[in-house]
Amino acid sequence: MERRHCLELMYPELEDKAVVTIMGACAQELYDLGHRENFFYLQHAMGLASSIGLGVALHRPDTKVVVLDGDGSVLMNLGTFATLARYPPANLVHVVFDNGSLLSTGGFETQTTHGTTDLAGIARASGIEHVAHADDVMAFGEAVIEAFEREGPSVIVARVKAVGPDHYGMDLHLPENAFRFARWLSERPRAS
Amino acid sequence: MTVSYEHSKIVYEGIRAAGIRSISALPETWLGLLLQRAEDDPEMTLIQVTKEEEAIGIAAGAYFAGEPHVLLMQNHGFLAAINGIVSLAQLYHVPLCMLIALRGHWGEPYPWHTRGGIVTEEVLRALDIPFEYARDPERVAQQIREGYTLSRSSLWPTALLLTRDLMEEYP
Repeated sequence: MERRHCLELMYPELEDKAVVTIMGACAQELYDLGHRENFFYLQHAMGLASSIGLGVALHRPDTKVVVLDGDGSVLMNLGTFATLARYPPANLVHVVFDNGSLLSTGGFETQTTHGTTDLAGIARASGIEHVAHADDVMAFGEAVIEAFEREGPSVIVARVKAVGPDHYGMDLHLPENAFRFARWLSERPRAS
Repeated sequence: MTVSYEHSKIVYEGIRAAGIRSISALPETWLGLLLQRAEDDPEMTLIQVTKEEEAIGIAAGAYFAGEPHVLLMQNHGFLAAINGIVSLAQLYHVPLCMLIALRGHWGEPYPWHTRGGIVTEEVLRALDIPFEYARDPERVAQQIREGYTLSRSSLWPTALLLTRDLMEEYP
């Protein structure tokens, strides 16, 4: 399974959700499907995409939040699972694309490569109730549909190949992305 | 020396008076009493993190969601959070209002705090983060309000250093 196939599958469902993605290949593949004002691309500060998502989710309970994370990033902030478990928002879906590689920073293997580190296991043991693991697109699709319908946080660990796009670049300045993402949230009517 | 109950209350009331109803924090001794107040306050959202850099992400999320927010941490936690401050908050122009317990400075009896205490001011300068020292309980509420205001107008981090004079007392 490739990450881009997972993103293609999710893309139509992301229209009304606040989406926070990590840097590099994941950001580029989402952008290439078509940028939307509700997408925030964290192009640095590895590890913090899930924390941004949690911050949005806890303060906008009326908006579904989707975090698109990776094994390299989440390994830099494993405490994020514990904090998510302690303050579980009803509206957060945390997807971790596990390609076993720091692909966008040079393709170095991460600790998940040899099957020794199980991110879904870490999420579960951190106290998160709904954790799914997907090895193929069908299982991933089912896990996503279930997570979007559920009240309560979900973590989906998707095992994907260590492949990314053949090009990088966006017609979007980083602060501009932040301003427009905040504006999308502020202009979205608040459900009482 | 013990942590000042009265001054912790004044700092907490200052946070509230600035219109803040959301706090992320990593607890430590000087912040304990005021975080207890946050925990007991039904109007306050308190998010306790496992490491201070996490709070930079949560603060950015709160900002995107339109929620006034402050971060409480020790200066060693500030040092641990620097990449998040630089490569999220400063890179994307996300405001942060940080209240930082300044351990390891004037009067510090514990050796383990001293390196962090000695470098904190210079690190803030190197990062272009405007800061003030909070020493006077009669001024601290205004300093919190003004630090928050500047962070929002400049879209940049600000730091208020909570000093020993403010946070401790001699019984």
